[in-house]
Amino acid sequence: MAQYLLSVHSVEGEVREPMTEQEMQQSWKQVGILEKEMMSAGAWVFSGRLHEPDTATVVRVANGEVLTTDGPFVESKDHLGGFYIIEARDLDAALAWASRVTAAIKVPIEVRPFAAVGAVDDALAAQSPGDRKA
Amino acid sequence: MTARPDAGRNVDAAPELDAAEVGRIFREESGRSVAALIRVFGDIDVAEDAVQEAFIVALRKWASDGLPPNPGGWITTTARNLAIDRLRRESRGRELLSELAVLSSGNGDPSLPEEVGPVQDDRLRLIFTCCHPALSRDSQVALTLRLLGGLSTEEVARSFLVAEATMAQRLVRAKRKIKAARIPYRVPEQHELLDRLHPVLAVVYLLYNAGVANPAEPDLCSEAVRLARILATLMPDEPEVAGLLALLLLTESRRASRTRSDGTLVLLGEQDRRRWDRAMIEEGQAIVRRCLRRNQPGVYQLQAAINAVHADAATIEQTDWSQIVALYDQLLAVAPTHVVALNRAIAIGEVRGPAAALALVDELALDNYYAFHATRADLLRRLGRNGEAAAAYKHAAALAPTDAERDFLRLGGRASRLSNG
Repeated sequence: MAQYLLSVHSVEGEVREPMTEQEMQQSWKQVGILEKEMMSAGAWVFSGRLHEPDTATVVRVANGEVLTTDGPFVESKDHLGGFYIIEARDLDAALAWASRVTAAIKVPIEVRPFAAVGAVDDALAAQSPGDRKA
Repeated sequence: MTARPDAGRNVDAAPELDAAEVGRIFREESGRSVAALIRVFGDIDVAEDAVQEAFIVALRKWASDGLPPNPGGWITTTARNLAIDRLRRESRGRELLSELAVLSSGNGDPSLPEEVGPVQDDRLRLIFTCCHPALSRDSQVALTLRLLGGLSTEEVARSFLVAEATMAQRLVRAKRKIKAARIPYRVPEQHELLDRLHPVLAVVYLLYNAGVANPAEPDLCSEAVRLARILATLMPDEPEVAGLLALLLLTESRRASRTRSDGTLVLLGEQDRRRWDRAMIEEGQAIVRRCLRRNQPGVYQLQAAINAVHADAATIEQTDWSQIVALYDQLLAVAPTHVVALNRAIAIGEVRGPAAALALVDELALDNYYAFHATRADLLRRLGRNGEAAAAYKHAAALAPTDAERDFLRLGGRASRLSNG
């Protein structure tokens, strides 16, 4: 099994087909059903929806001092709106869940594998004999 | 590994084994061996390295002992043993082997060097992995040629006019993604097969067309026909797979007459039909007939059927154009693109005359497509509108993707039926 991040990206000011109240209800209902299914299938690890990026705060160390700044790390039109962390047998299984999420919320989903599971192997693989040649 | 084993060495020692023969065996067998070893070891790099190494051993051994009765089986077994030896020497390899022992507890110890019979499905698994929709089309094509076709990275790079380093990087990245994202090594289930088959067929078709546009060694046209044949053997019940093989065979049958010795194109109507390869035509037409009986038409089957009608005609004048128009009607229904509509209009021009065709062509939004202007040029010329025709030829030549096509158009060549050439 491997873990995948399914991230929901929203683009600020992007014109989207506005949902009616009824469609919104429908979408929430579908997401609720889907999440229950993920849980009973043992696929759900964690999920969450985020507030707007202007609610973010960034901390960093500069000259040995912690510096705090208001606003997101990267000023960008595109920001993370929410995410799922799921457990799946392979990419096909992860894509199948992602397809159902995007069908329910009508926003594209990015699927990205976590390096954590079998971390040593993966880290080795990333710089290993495979790089010597193609 | 950037090149195939040096097939030139040691050949003098054993005249019965020539370099071309080993090269042929590598091309034929390496895909099968790589596919089998990926199944055993679950790792593409391990499989590739071992098969490469096995061929180097083979060159030495076969030169002195002669060819074994089953060279492919010999390579697969030797590669497997070499991979196990190597993995045992590396700590990460020992981990991998112990994982394999757990996974395949039903089959006994996988480290036991026994004869590995190629499982029918291995190459099929491999092509579905190579052509997974999570990989870019460029990566799909490169992986398919490299892993299944047994081409070296340098050959793959050359056939797509890309620097070898760029191609090497593309392959490394694609293989890393397969590993990191866990792109599965399996044949899709029946309910997903139709979606997943599409990129597989598209890759093979693209390979063929790349071969037509760039007629260099390695010969991508033959490679594409060979891959289509493998697919047709592995998926005998998929009508579109059969359709693709028939389409490639029927197109390939015209190869000798398609270009002049100087590389310029010869139109379908002007080709010496006696030089068409009858054996390929018969094979392609037999497949088309089986497809018709099955009656589940798709884009490849319909294009094959159109080419089968052309192959039936002894001269361009004897072509059954109304049959071709009927097939284009069907094709347009399943693939409603402007390019299909353009080809249909050309066929209609043969039945109802250039004015009818031009009216259809002028409705299409294909301003950046050279064949659109070439077709217009030809129709205008046939209508006696020579000034407009000359302008259209000029426009087409400026957009032509290959030198052969450009030269052809500069000479004011007649462009109708070009797309079927």
